[in-house]
Amino acid sequence: MSDVFIVGVDMIKFGRFPDRTVPDLAAEAALLALDDAGLTIRDMQALYCGNLGQASGMVGQRMLAEIGQTGIPVVNVANACATGATAFRDGWMSIKAGLYDLVLAVGVEQMGKGLLGGGGGVSPEGLIGSGTMPAMFAHIGNEHTRKYGTTFEQFAKVSVKNHHHSTMNPKSMYRVETPLQEVMGAEMISFPNTKLMCSVNVDGSAAAVLASEAAVKRLGLMDRAVRIRNSTMTSNPFEDRQMAMPDFSGATRLAAKVAYEAAGVGPEDINLIELHDCFATAELVHYENLGICKDGEAGRLIDEGVTALGGKVPVNVSGGLLSKGHPLGATGIANIYEVATHLRGKAGQRQVEGARLGLTHVVGGGPGMGTACAIHILEKV
Amino acid sequence: MSTDTTTAEAPPLTPIIKTAEDGSHYLAGCKCGACGKLFVGERKICAACCARDQMKPVRLAETGKLYAWSIVHRSFPGVKTPFIDVVVDLADGAHLKGTLEGVVPDNSALAYDMPVKIAWREAAPVNAGGKTYLTYVFVPA
Repeated sequence: MSDVFIVGVDMIKFGRFPDRTVPDLAAEAALLALDDAGLTIRDMQALYCGNLGQASGMVGQRMLAEIGQTGIPVVNVANACATGATAFRDGWMSIKAGLYDLVLAVGVEQMGKGLLGGGGGVSPEGLIGSGTMPAMFAHIGNEHTRKYGTTFEQFAKVSVKNHHHSTMNPKSMYRVETPLQEVMGAEMISFPNTKLMCSVNVDGSAAAVLASEAAVKRLGLMDRAVRIRNSTMTSNPFEDRQMAMPDFSGATRLAAKVAYEAAGVGPEDINLIELHDCFATAELVHYENLGICKDGEAGRLIDEGVTALGGKVPVNVSGGLLSKGHPLGATGIANIYEVATHLRGKAGQRQVEGARLGLTHVVGGGPGMGTACAIHILEKV
Repeated sequence: MSTDTTTAEAPPLTPIIKTAEDGSHYLAGCKCGACGKLFVGERKICAACCARDQMKPVRLAETGKLYAWSIVHRSFPGVKTPFIDVVVDLADGAHLKGTLEGVVPDNSALAYDMPVKIAWREAAPVNAGGKTYLTYVFVPA
């Protein structure tokens, strides 16, 4: 099987674009990625398009109607917060399978403000606990506190770090420093997650052009190529407490184990990570799930700056979902853009020096839904 | 608004709430005869060991200990806040989510493993046009 490479990758600056359409947002990222590769839509043999909000709306075909209808197969995918990464992985699989040499993966989302969910119909909200995302991830943080004594302040430091990182990322939704007291003093949504510890609902898109090794060599694109060392997906393995609190750790731990083994590397080899910081509480839990520290050490990592830019394993130098923003279907490709940009040495002020191996992680789901997790390990060529 | 008295008319807010012939309420669970896993609600196949046709219906325990909580200050439109959203480990080994009543919504009033029990309520959920449903809550034991 051929190695698979990213030869073009980009994202739009995340923001709020209520007057634009979903296919239009997707098209912008697609053209940016194609330009980055020096290729056109005519060179693409298939399109994998991820979007949640219009999952039944043929977003991929509508995007091609804007940028060129060449008749290629289009697969539209929806997979919670792993939607973009799922589209990317489908493209990777198609090249691995030997079907195609060059494919395009796009992730896109247009979102409203405020809490996700809460649509019509009789709701048990408030009477049988809460089905809001901040409350679910509050439980996950509170469980960490139960096990290891992790404090509100330690969770809040995640937001301070990621907001700081975003000041160096011109494609981030927000680029504002948020000191610890401001994070802890912000409106309490679900303890311990304050408003500044919740990811930002934004509109956005990201895209990547994937190529087989033969295509990279034929087209002379090795100078811009990033090798996909591994692509792994999991769903939530059975967990005892899953009906009372959705489980995002089991799927992440399983994916990390499979990905490290398949890539022949360990967490100690990874130079930077973009992980799924949908809430500040989630980031600390995923330090342990991804194996960058032992169970119970995540609080120490954030205290000691290990995961800040300049630390041993910088995490979410893009600003993460907390500050860059979290357009659900785009997130899984946007974090691949971030890591690939560092591996190419083109991340400017926020560059992780000497980055050779990077990891991206997304995990999504909801109450009673289950979990989708994707991990990609990317390598400098 | 919620009330401690229950009537025969209020439908269950969730399918796991059952009413016995004598009018008493209970929470439905099931247990896998192959691996012993206990589930909240009714099901036919075990999600843990994949065994088919081994599930036996059980009544879930109505006492337990507080495993994790969050004080919810912002919820969906129309939902009264703050409230305490909890995960409880029931005495029989099942795990159940719910709202904890009878405790001030303040972290200093809550403790891991504090004993709680089920109480029955009739309450009007949001988007129900004022209609009341039968539901359960947790209260200190």
